Amino acid sequence: MASEIKEGTLDLINHLPILQVITPMLIAPILVVLNNKTLSWLLSFLGALACLFISVLLIQTVSDGSTLTYSLGGWAPPIGIEYRIDAANSILLFLISIISVIVLIFSYSSLHVEIPEEKHTLFYACFLLCLTGLLGVVATADIFNVFVFLEISSLSTYVLVAQGSYLDRRALSASFNYLIMGTIGATFFVIGIGYIYMATGSLNMMDIAERVSELGDSRTVQAGFAFIVVGMGLKLAMVPLHVWLPNAYTFAPTVVTCFLAATATKVALYVLIRFVFSVFNYEDSFVNELFFFLIMPLAIIAMIAASVIAIFKQNLKKMFAYSSLAQIGYMLLGLSLVSEKGLASSLVHMVNHGFTKAALFMSLGAFMLNTKNVYINSLQGLGRSMPFTSAAFVIGGLSLIGVPGTAGFISKWLLLEAALGSGYWLVAVLIIVSSLFAVIYIWKIIEVLYFSESSESYSEVNVLTLTPIWILSFFCIFLGINTSLTVEVANMAAEILFK
Amino acid sequence: MLATLPLPFYFLIGGLLSIFLPKGVIKSSFVCLVPVLALIALLNGTWDQGFKVQFLDLELNFMRVDKLSTVFGIIFCIAAFLGNVFAFHLRESTQPFVALIYAGAAIGAVFAGDLITLFVYWELTALSSVFLIWARKTEGAYHSGMRYLIIQVLSGVILLFGVALFYFETGSISFVKMQLGSLATVLIFIAFGIKCAFPFMHNWLQDSYPSATITGTVILSAFTTKLAVYALARGFPGTELLIYIGAAMTVFPIFFAEVENDLRKVLAYSLNNQLGFMVVGVGVGTELALNGTTAHAFSHILYKALLFMSVGAVLFRTGTSRASELGGIYRTMPLTAIFCLIGAASISAFPLFSGFISKSLIMSGAGKEHYQIIWLILVFASAGVLSHSGIKVPYFTFFHHDSGKRPSEAPAHMLLAMGLTAILCIYIGIFPNNLYALMPFQVKYEPYTFEHILTQLQLLCFAILAFYILSKLKQLPSETRSINLDFDWTYRKLMPSVVGKLLLFLELIEQRGLKGFNKFLSLFMDRIYQVSGPEGILTRILTSGTMVLFIAIVLLVVLGIILF
Repeated sequence: MASEIKEGTLDLINHLPILQVITPMLIAPILVVLNNKTLSWLLSFLGALACLFISVLLIQTVSDGSTLTYSLGGWAPPIGIEYRIDAANSILLFLISIISVIVLIFSYSSLHVEIPEEKHTLFYACFLLCLTGLLGVVATADIFNVFVFLEISSLSTYVLVAQGSYLDRRALSASFNYLIMGTIGATFFVIGIGYIYMATGSLNMMDIAERVSELGDSRTVQAGFAFIVVGMGLKLAMVPLHVWLPNAYTFAPTVVTCFLAATATKVALYVLIRFVFSVFNYEDSFVNELFFFLIMPLAIIAMIAASVIAIFKQNLKKMFAYSSLAQIGYMLLGLSLVSEKGLASSLVHMVNHGFTKAALFMSLGAFMLNTKNVYINSLQGLGRSMPFTSAAFVIGGLSLIGVPGTAGFISKWLLLEAALGSGYWLVAVLIIVSSLFAVIYIWKIIEVLYFSESSESYSEVNVLTLTPIWILSFFCIFLGINTSLTVEVANMAAEILFK
Repeated sequence: MLATLPLPFYFLIGGLLSIFLPKGVIKSSFVCLVPVLALIALLNGTWDQGFKVQFLDLELNFMRVDKLSTVFGIIFCIAAFLGNVFAFHLRESTQPFVALIYAGAAIGAVFAGDLITLFVYWELTALSSVFLIWARKTEGAYHSGMRYLIIQVLSGVILLFGVALFYFETGSISFVKMQLGSLATVLIFIAFGIKCAFPFMHNWLQDSYPSATITGTVILSAFTTKLAVYALARGFPGTELLIYIGAAMTVFPIFFAEVENDLRKVLAYSLNNQLGFMVVGVGVGTELALNGTTAHAFSHILYKALLFMSVGAVLFRTGTSRASELGGIYRTMPLTAIFCLIGAASISAFPLFSGFISKSLIMSGAGKEHYQIIWLILVFASAGVLSHSGIKVPYFTFFHHDSGKRPSEAPAHMLLAMGLTAILCIYIGIFPNNLYALMPFQVKYEPYTFEHILTQLQLLCFAILAFYILSKLKQLPSETRSINLDFDWTYRKLMPSVVGKLLLFLELIEQRGLKGFNKFLSLFMDRIYQVSGPEGILTRILTSGTMVLFIAIVLLVVLGIILF
């Protein structure tokens, strides 16, 4: 399909890409000035809602395969900063915005348990900055701009993770480790950008792509690629570089864990995808070799090893952190097949897993409001005393396993199809094996929830807390039945990236 | 709208609605009403175009209505109705809900026009039915439910894998006749086989059905295995392998059924044996044999439900279903006894009862294709059926020596359910053409020929005579009250001691092997735990320095791959 570039006849459509990013950024300082915790919640919520609205508009605009461009400050692209929205990033913008809205609903009731009240305003400001960063990374087509937004989101993430220290001091060391790893990742990334700039003299993705193909076999560009892959590998928690993730997810406040698990790693993966397909040439042998010899084996190791580790975890947040690593393995696997189907399955899994994992972490958060911790033994018999939360949890769990009728099935099916389509039979078997491990750890929890007697009785959480959980569970089912939003957009995105 | 709504949705929606109804008469009536509505919809519905849904790039068909699926749809609706009437006394939420979902899933699978839909309902039958076992709320029921669930889900997983392979091989997911020969179809075949309780895959049946609740067993007995028979008849008709599998299935449960004391377990074994007949029919694969399979499934669901109901009613009143603890109950439960005898007559294929007109179709089908040995095996198996289901079950429950128990007659709704089932059994037996009219192929078959009746009566008479003589002989030594024990003992003695020893030996090997496997498994798990458990090297919290070392190594590897 030929992709035509929309100049935007409507004024509003024309400015949507920047509005998407700048709305939360503008609200953040206002929160700090107002310094009122209820008002900050309300403003953040409205801001996130506005982002969601804009992202829906964007997705509609580009869903016909077109691309929407925006030149920041009116400077034409190769020199000025350009924002480019197409099918691939519009779907991620949507994911990030909607998760932020849902998470903010949940934060209204959960935050006061986890964070002292005087910090709430600053927390929301940080949250909005993180949101800005993630949206910006996805929207921009300027590689240095990617770095800037990545740092905005990362720096605020470190702060957000550290907020868990009011419940558990280990959040501080987790955040510190994350800070070190994240900074190294960002440094590698910016070194990579430096190499590319050195070789091509440009920072605009489209422009670089042209110049790179003119350069031919350039060692500088290849070294730049290596640094970018490792830098993003750190951010997206590719297996040997994942060490920061389990602790950061475990000790961060529930809201933060939900938000990060659903979005942050996906954004890093998106950057990797964008660089591979829009900046470098995916047909180059060095890209293919890297994917075949390194990324694919690492993805498979992540799929299997992280799932096995998850089985033995008693702390459920940690269990699902490891399960996230395995899921990232699926996405990397889809990418490393370097086929249109594989890429599409990767993109779909990003969205589906975002909703699934958010639903799981959020229902864990709801359990935690009652039990104060999420060790597997403290959940005994909660299936009876908290039936709605537990049911939502089970739906999320089924989706994580990939039971037909849930979102997880769609992406796993696509991934299987892609793996078999590329002739990797063994890989397909390993995908199934890893799903079976997921059955084990999910079943362990279901057994505790429903088949053991509870020592204490708790009451169900209030409706306001249940609403976001059930919205997410609803998506887990809805995306498993109606695939027009995910699969079609992802197929289109894969087509655009592969052209 | 209602006319085109896929049939299973009646049950699924009805099941969900039933949750919100108050426990008691209203809920019980409602769950009886749903199958009736569905049956009416099925008989009047028009699904000529199917009910197609686009899913990814696949076209799913929720309602493939042809003669074969319609027959199974009808009998499943009837079975759901009768089962729910029998369970009218329940005052709880789980079982009525699960019974509807389970029936809906089985019906959905029957009408599935593609393998994906089949798989979804296939798993749903497993997930829903297990609650009928767990509802008994005993430790044993919990464990056997768990074993049941694992095996059933395993069957589903194998099916899914087979379907996926099938799709990648052929590019089609439509559920039509398949040939054994590729890995894909073999996997699908095995998945069907597990649910159909093929030999060596059958243990879940005798393990789980007797562990379920009284009403749960009645409902369980109707759906899962017959769904598998349907799937075989749809997917693998004329596969010769099935003839031998089926023949084995008819024979081996007889020995187990003979020595079993728990009458519900006896019935579970005999269910397995009856499935064998149907599988043979599928294997022969001619129009006549397939008709036989379908007709036999139809009548089998009815009389097997009737037998489970009558034993269940006894269990309900006396609290036991063990042969050694029952006897002489006909005095106070005469109606139940009569219904049980009708069920027994049907399963033993007495002329004028439903088993006769359906089983002879299969036997003739096998005979016409010149499978003489198979035919002889089937005859032998028929005698076995008579002995353990036709005589043993009613004899030990209602007659035999007096156990001293004086339970009151079964409750009215149970009598009603049994009565209706009994009427159907007799009606089908007397007017077979009404059933034959439903069959997938045109039937030109007359069961009531002189020759048929004579052969069958000879067989039955000799079997009864043998039973009588044996019991007389063994009763001679002592006519005291210890007859029961005596008789039990001799009855078991009837099994050649060789077979007993052989079984013992096999059991020994199985246990040794299992023990060794368990030991190996636990060693293996320990090792995995050491590596990846909380203390393991894979999950230790690392210092920042170590992490940075990792990063450096990865960077070197990446640079190495890219630059060289």
